[in-house]
Amino acid sequence: MDFLNTHLLSLILFLPTIAALIMLFLPSGETKLLRWFAFSASLIPFVLTLVLWSRFDPDKTGFQFQVIYPWYEALHSSLHLGVDGISISMVLLTTLLTPLAILASFSVTDRVKPYMMLFLFLETGMLGVFMALDLLIFFVFWEIGLVPMYFLINQWGSANKDYASMKFMVYTMGGSLGLLLGIQLLGVLFGTYDLVALYERWNALDAGAILLGMSVHTVKTIAFWAFTIAFAIKVPIWPFHTWLPDAHTEAPTAGSMILAGVLLKLGAYGFIRLVLPLYPLEAKIFAGALAFLAVAAIVFGAFGSFGQTDFKRLVAYSSVNHMGFVVLGIAAAGLAAGTADAQIAMNGAVLQMFNHGLSAAGMFFLVGVIYERTHTRNLEEFGGLFPLMPVYGGILIFMSMASLGLPGLNGFVSEFLVVRGAYPVLKIYTVISMLGLLFTGAYILKGIKKVLHGPMNEHWARGEHKLTEINTREIFVVVPLMILILVIGVWPAWILEVINKAVVALF
Amino acid sequence: MATETLIWLIPLPPVLAFFLIVLFTNKNKAMSHSVAVGAAFLSWLGSMIVFALALGVEHLGEHPFASSINWLPTGETWLKIGVLIDPLSAATLFFVAWTVLMIFIYSVGYHNYGQPAGDHDQAGLPPLGATVTDDLGHKHTVLSVEPMYSRFFAFIGLFAFGMYTLVLSDNLLTLFVGWEIMGLCSYLLIGFWYGKPSARNAAVKAFMTTRIGDVFMLLGIVFLYSATGTLSYREIFREEVLHTLSIIPSGVFGLSAAGLIALLLFIGTIGKSAQFPLHVWLPDAMEGPTPVSAMIHAATMVSAGVYAVIRMFPLLSLDPRTMTIVAFIGAFTAIFAATIAVAQNDIKRVLAYSTISQLGFMIAALGIGAYVAAVFHLITHAFFKALLFLGSGSVIHGMEHGVLHTGNHKVDPQDMFNMGGLRKKMPITFWTFLIGGFALSGFPIITAGFWSKDEILADAFGHGHLAVFITLAVAAFLTAFYTMRQITLTFLGKPRTEEAEHAHETPWTMTAPLVVLAFFAVTYGWVGIPEHFPILGGLVPNWFHEFVGGTLAEHPEGVEFNFIPLATSLFVALGGLFFGWLAYRNVQSAEQDKLQIPLLKNKYYFDEAYDFLFIKPLTWFSEVFVSKWMDKGFIDGILHIFGPATGGLGSFIRDKFDVPVINQFFGDGSAEATYWIGKNLRPIQTGRIQQYLILSLVVLLVVGGLVYFLLLAGSA
Repeated sequence: MDFLNTHLLSLILFLPTIAALIMLFLPSGETKLLRWFAFSASLIPFVLTLVLWSRFDPDKTGFQFQVIYPWYEALHSSLHLGVDGISISMVLLTTLLTPLAILASFSVTDRVKPYMMLFLFLETGMLGVFMALDLLIFFVFWEIGLVPMYFLINQWGSANKDYASMKFMVYTMGGSLGLLLGIQLLGVLFGTYDLVALYERWNALDAGAILLGMSVHTVKTIAFWAFTIAFAIKVPIWPFHTWLPDAHTEAPTAGSMILAGVLLKLGAYGFIRLVLPLYPLEAKIFAGALAFLAVAAIVFGAFGSFGQTDFKRLVAYSSVNHMGFVVLGIAAAGLAAGTADAQIAMNGAVLQMFNHGLSAAGMFFLVGVIYERTHTRNLEEFGGLFPLMPVYGGILIFMSMASLGLPGLNGFVSEFLVVRGAYPVLKIYTVISMLGLLFTGAYILKGIKKVLHGPMNEHWARGEHKLTEINTREIFVVVPLMILILVIGVWPAWILEVINKAVVALF
Repeated sequence: MATETLIWLIPLPPVLAFFLIVLFTNKNKAMSHSVAVGAAFLSWLGSMIVFALALGVEHLGEHPFASSINWLPTGETWLKIGVLIDPLSAATLFFVAWTVLMIFIYSVGYHNYGQPAGDHDQAGLPPLGATVTDDLGHKHTVLSVEPMYSRFFAFIGLFAFGMYTLVLSDNLLTLFVGWEIMGLCSYLLIGFWYGKPSARNAAVKAFMTTRIGDVFMLLGIVFLYSATGTLSYREIFREEVLHTLSIIPSGVFGLSAAGLIALLLFIGTIGKSAQFPLHVWLPDAMEGPTPVSAMIHAATMVSAGVYAVIRMFPLLSLDPRTMTIVAFIGAFTAIFAATIAVAQNDIKRVLAYSTISQLGFMIAALGIGAYVAAVFHLITHAFFKALLFLGSGSVIHGMEHGVLHTGNHKVDPQDMFNMGGLRKKMPITFWTFLIGGFALSGFPIITAGFWSKDEILADAFGHGHLAVFITLAVAAFLTAFYTMRQITLTFLGKPRTEEAEHAHETPWTMTAPLVVLAFFAVTYGWVGIPEHFPILGGLVPNWFHEFVGGTLAEHPEGVEFNFIPLATSLFVALGGLFFGWLAYRNVQSAEQDKLQIPLLKNKYYFDEAYDFLFIKPLTWFSEVFVSKWMDKGFIDGILHIFGPATGGLGSFIRDKFDVPVINQFFGDGSAEATYWIGKNLRPIQTGRIQQYLILSLVVLLVVGGLVYFLLLAGSA
């Protein structure tokens, strides 16, 4: 098993791509075979991640399971992979959500082969970002993730897919321009893209030094904002968030699951992995600005969600609201670096990323379940569906409560930690964020009220429009999410311990 | 088994019942209620054992049963959670266990277990009755079983779990967990008949209104946690911690940190215990099935709110300004809600407003520092209010029987003006309701309500809080008055409708809990008779004061006996009851009721005002400002400039530079110039040798001349 130990990360990273390439040779007509092949193939990285988790030693500081392959020697860039307590939880989230998203896509009948292949490519792209310890590799995977998602929205999306996919693609690419320049700057200055080396050398720079004709402070400020804007668009925080409701709404169900579940985390992960360690001083100086944008996302996200009439857009805006708490935690951690408050806030932010991945994926899936049956997302056309689909209703209420942050379920733990960490250092912002927390309740209840409650809806009760109950396959998609949501809500220590140790070592 | 282990186990049966019912037994009614009632019984049994053990410990306040575990890693430290049984939680556990068990049993009868399924019943609506044919071939309409019977038991199981968690917690975090789980359950249960738009709206209203309080409370918890590094009561209430909190300024309104934290936590209670100005959700919560009303208004949720402030009393009492606010809110709510109750005609709504008012008594008592009196009233109120709600449910049930008999569904079985004379039709319900009503009114000596209310009044008077004393005395008078109005209209006189004529006593599953609760509504008062009370004082020791007072680090002094508050409390109770009877004994319809004042009937127009001030503007803000103007208009507007702007820049470069300069000037221009030159050179290509030679000669001369003059001449 020595091979497994030394190549665990590369296996997890590249197996989906290999599977996708094998799929190329499978017959296009055999949809059943294609689905099951893609599903089974995506389970292997998940199982390997469980192995990874069990062999991971939270007490060790620094990155584990590191591997380095030469890649672009002329640029001194290499394929350097490794995980710590923060990235391993993101890897787990990704390898868990991908099989579920593929299982959720079993109802897709249109061009199954390319669809499934895109999902597998997407998985590699996302995992690469979480595992990369080389800035250029980070950027490559960051961009690779965009392409499959663009095609998934553009080819399998609903009515307004062209607009949405274009907005998603161009907006994110626009943001990554600055990121690329920032990365080049570091690469040129230090002659390496290796993150571990950069952490030390970048921060050891003499503050009075002159780089490219500017003071270190100016250079760092410019690079800080280049990174920050790229990640802010991806998270997204206010006011860069408007691509998200469009992209989510038009994407196919599984696409929204991954988009909300993992892709948004890439942005937040960028903050944690790159921005805070590389720019601790700037993160402190600009923490207020970042917190302001985060709180704006929390509050306007909640209000925006409440103002929607489209069920999927309502859920999409809820992501803006929830991811705002992640960024608030990051801002607080940047401001208070080195204190217990920072560690608590960062614990909350990372756990909130994981939790939101579970609940948002679940919510989007449930919206998809009902959309597949009714072909509408308009809240005004639902109402009174509870007696028609009692099991679905129960699951929807459970998932909504997780999203609302009900104590006893996962969201509460992470939001509580973020608020606890942010309160002593960002008092006013935290107080205002409570308004968002209040309105979270309003839009969640609005969703339940408009979909499930009310007099029984005759339109969907009989005849050709008769609604069918959620089926077994769909229950299999959502049950793992529900179990994890409950387990983390009741006993968060198993995952928080791993995150906490990494956070303590870093911040 | 160690006592601590048992305490950990107490909340578990109801939540297991919840999962069992939801996952496995939801199709089987008998299994579902057996699981739920069995779970409630196990929790009750555990609670009684723990209570008995707690009684046996001397100085339980100083040596409570406690146990805790690590829960959340927070950097280098852990956030611990655990259980705690001190005198306060033991006393609370006692009434919670009893009322919860009674409500569970009662629910079996209330939801018509054993009756046939309804003719047209559907999930989400109350059962409407079933037609049965008897042996003689006659058709009768009888009560039908609730279509979502199993679901109800699952929900109240979860509800009970929330309350047990809250009571047994040794820290504010798990208290908040239980608190919010109850919030969810109240939402689910108020909206149990979700098919009714009114129930659906009431559920959302209850959840959102209490959530306003909850976010403040969460802020208070977070503030407290950051200031002290712990959320466990026993750590917070250590003298040095309290002292530090009382001297750090909070920076808001000149309050100390302790004052602000207590105030924030108290706002949570305002929401949960329906105090002014967040009281609006509670009357609407009557949309739920009646056992839920009893659960919310007596046994669990609103009591939880008061329990939380009682729990935080050592912190609360540090800042006198916060105490004043608490006393004011409590006293104002007590009288404010009592005036509304006078003008309500729905039997459950009267009780709802009386709950708000009685909770005001408890809050006011805390605000003036009457710790033991507040706990005492909390417990006696839980017993008699659970009794009254279940009693009113029994009355409604009896009336529904009558409605099905006559088939006239226009008659509202909850309107007291449709009742009358029910004492003969429903004797057990009548006598138990009478006991509950008298306890609520504070009928002297025999009822529990008298002793607890008297203690609050005596405390207010004894410590010189005259304004609170007078306000509460007037509220107590109104309480007795509207209670007697209710009893008179419902049970006394003659039936005013045919439906009331055919009302019927309810099954034993409903009446037995009434009898048990009536027992406590009388006897629980006797454990807290003040020592210096004339004649009775000292006959039985004032166990309650001794026991519960031991929770605090400093044992509170009993108030000295004074005749004025006693006389006042006798006068308001008996006077209110008498006038209530006098005014309503002959009233036949709502038109004859002189107190149907629109302002009171419409609850001072709070719902309308909140709708106008908050709900409408916020909805507009969400739907129009944020969604349409900000996101779609402004932000997307800017983004949409980029598309055309990039396209425009491209067109500009093409139209103004590429096409005219590159294509036309350089590209086409050079071609044309070459062509022009070629064309104009064509005439000299004549083919004549002479001409070519002349031209050659001319060129030679010109070039030669140029060379000579420019180069050679210049160099010379």
